[in-house]
Amino acid sequence: MSVQELEKIFQDKIDREVRIEPKDWMPDAYRKTLIRQISQHAHSEIVGMLPEGNWITRAPSLKRKAILLAKVQDEAGHGLYLYAATETLGITREQTIDDLHSGKAKYSSIFNYPTITWADIGAIGWLVDGAAILNQVMLCRTSYGPYARANIRICKEESFHQRQGFEILLVLSQGTPEQKAMLQDAVDRWWWPSLMMFGPRDSESTHSDQSTQWKIKRKSNDELRQQFVDMIAEQAKILQVTLPDPELKWNAEKKQYDWGEIDWNEFWNVVKGNGPCNKQRLDARKKAHDNGAWVREAAKAYADKRKEREEKEIKVA
Amino acid sequence: MNIQIKRYFYGDIPEENTGGGNAGKKEQPGSVTWPLWEVFIRSKQGLDHKHVGSLHATDAKMAIENARDVYTRRMEGISIWVVESQYIHASNPDDAEAFYEPANDKVYRHPTFYDLPDEVKHM
Amino acid sequence: MNQQTIFDYTIHLADNALVIAQRNSEWCGHGPVLEQDIALTNISLDLLGQARSLYQYAASIRNKMNGNDQATEDTLAYLRDAREFRNCLLMELPNGDWGQTILRQFFFSVYQYNLYQYLQRSSDNTLSAIAEKSLKEVTYHQRWSSEWVIRLGDGTEESHRRMQNAVHELWMFTGELTTPAGYELEAARENIGVDPASLKAAWSQTIAEVFQEATLDVPATGWMQTGGKEGRHTEHLGYILAEMQFLQRTYPDSKW
Repeated sequence: MSVQELEKIFQDKIDREVRIEPKDWMPDAYRKTLIRQISQHAHSEIVGMLPEGNWITRAPSLKRKAILLAKVQDEAGHGLYLYAATETLGITREQTIDDLHSGKAKYSSIFNYPTITWADIGAIGWLVDGAAILNQVMLCRTSYGPYARANIRICKEESFHQRQGFEILLVLSQGTPEQKAMLQDAVDRWWWPSLMMFGPRDSESTHSDQSTQWKIKRKSNDELRQQFVDMIAEQAKILQVTLPDPELKWNAEKKQYDWGEIDWNEFWNVVKGNGPCNKQRLDARKKAHDNGAWVREAAKAYADKRKEREEKEIKVA
Repeated sequence: MNIQIKRYFYGDIPEENTGGGNAGKKEQPGSVTWPLWEVFIRSKQGLDHKHVGSLHATDAKMAIENARDVYTRRMEGISIWVVESQYIHASNPDDAEAFYEPANDKVYRHPTFYDLPDEVKHM
Repeated sequence: MNQQTIFDYTIHLADNALVIAQRNSEWCGHGPVLEQDIALTNISLDLLGQARSLYQYAASIRNKMNGNDQATEDTLAYLRDAREFRNCLLMELPNGDWGQTILRQFFFSVYQYNLYQYLQRSSDNTLSAIAEKSLKEVTYHQRWSSEWVIRLGDGTEESHRRMQNAVHELWMFTGELTTPAGYELEAARENIGVDPASLKAAWSQTIAEVFQEATLDVPATGWMQTGGKEGRHTEHLGYILAEMQFLQRTYPDSKW
């Protein structure tokens, strides 16, 4: 069969909403796009453990400590499911992680901002997880089967993440003046970076796009960002916080919120590695990986040794 | 001139600014990779084991324990099977027609094929 | 039965579980491989859960004694100073490398496994219920940690050397596990608690068996550090508490 014919069959499946599975024929560019996107998603989960993990030992109550620990652990699980999805495309987890450590692969820039106060843990749950969930719900219907299934599992587990964040903030909003100030400060700092999570504006460039056609992603950056703003602006009222955008207001005609301009200069700088914590995050990941090398080697060596011993015993018997 | 507006997708940073692995790239020397395992879990007595995902482990014992730690954090299972991924033999999707379509016209295998009078209950 | 004794005994059990959970949780996000990062965090979560049940019980005893309802799991964890903590010194030691953390968990899990088997039969219904529930968790901790001690002990030359070093680092802190404090002896006399000295033989035997398979040497029994159970701690505990308690201390009487 010619490549053109294969491509036609492939596109036909996509159009009929048939999921693509690992052994199916797929265009090279589709595979590459998936590897890039899924590994970026996986790295985001793993690097995302760091800013929140930063508060596990300092959580202000035993209940909060348990919730946060379980939540950060879930993120490790999500990273694991996603690395497994990339492995179905022919790239090992080790290779994917090497790309992260060499700076070749990116992760969500949001995690390059520091968590300075306890309220930041609430703000991450509410805003960052809120944004991530919109993405992941959409990705449950992505055209690549293993990626869709990983997202379904992730969404099931994530349902409590945004709630726990909102609840942290709700308690602060009903607390002392210091706690209310802590809440407002966190929202001030996390609002714009969380809007940046949706990526550049749709009108940024002039190339044709294949991802839509392949149904890897089904909603554009701007569509999801709008959905997010509309959702958060309403929830902010319950928390009695002000979102730090004087231009944010309800547009009755369009039945959605209008809002101000993102600082794109900051966005691109953080993407390029100039965020406040880019180096710190990557260093922490590399350190964990390097310090764990002897453990991974030893476990492998032990398993090999035991297998050898068992085989010898069988021969002797 | 045919200019199309690009739609970027959620969190997606344009190609020229980002990485993305190369499939089939050579392993870094000195790196140790644990084998990949497929995990199957029986969620309750009486149901089949169902494929839930994969993980890395050095041997079967570790794979079962890792599966317990990774895939049953919310009491999802009561029984775990693991099998090293390299021992899974999969049918070739190109054979799909020969494999599965013959079953497609055997509608008599499905209960809805049989038109029974409404009075017949519990069948 | 002296309520103060039950309180001290329960607080001791709770502090052990909390302090080691706090130490283990430092690994979350920094483990050597994702699967094991998740596994150790499961153990941290189990131990944190045990600590909470025990603190809740201790708080109810204290409130009964004082005739008020001021004590909670959080006042006990967050508003006591180092001298009031009753955990064994082993729990508060820095994590060291992954091997040292695993080895400490192994020493403690074997101890807890034996302890909870007896504590299940405590004449105190709350303690016996907590022990029964926790025993299921601890059975797995013991299994998981002993397998890792064996893997790392009998793995590569480097891992063997690291594990043997960890044994030397930790060994002099293991004796305290089975050296009874006053409140433990009293709790044992009343069939509320267990005299830890009675667990020593079983503990040592498991350690010896696992070490043999791990090709590790059991050190000759030398001088053992004690004091934690009576509130005389290492310098490390103060820092653990400074970190853990800082929000509660900085913003007193706030809800979180």
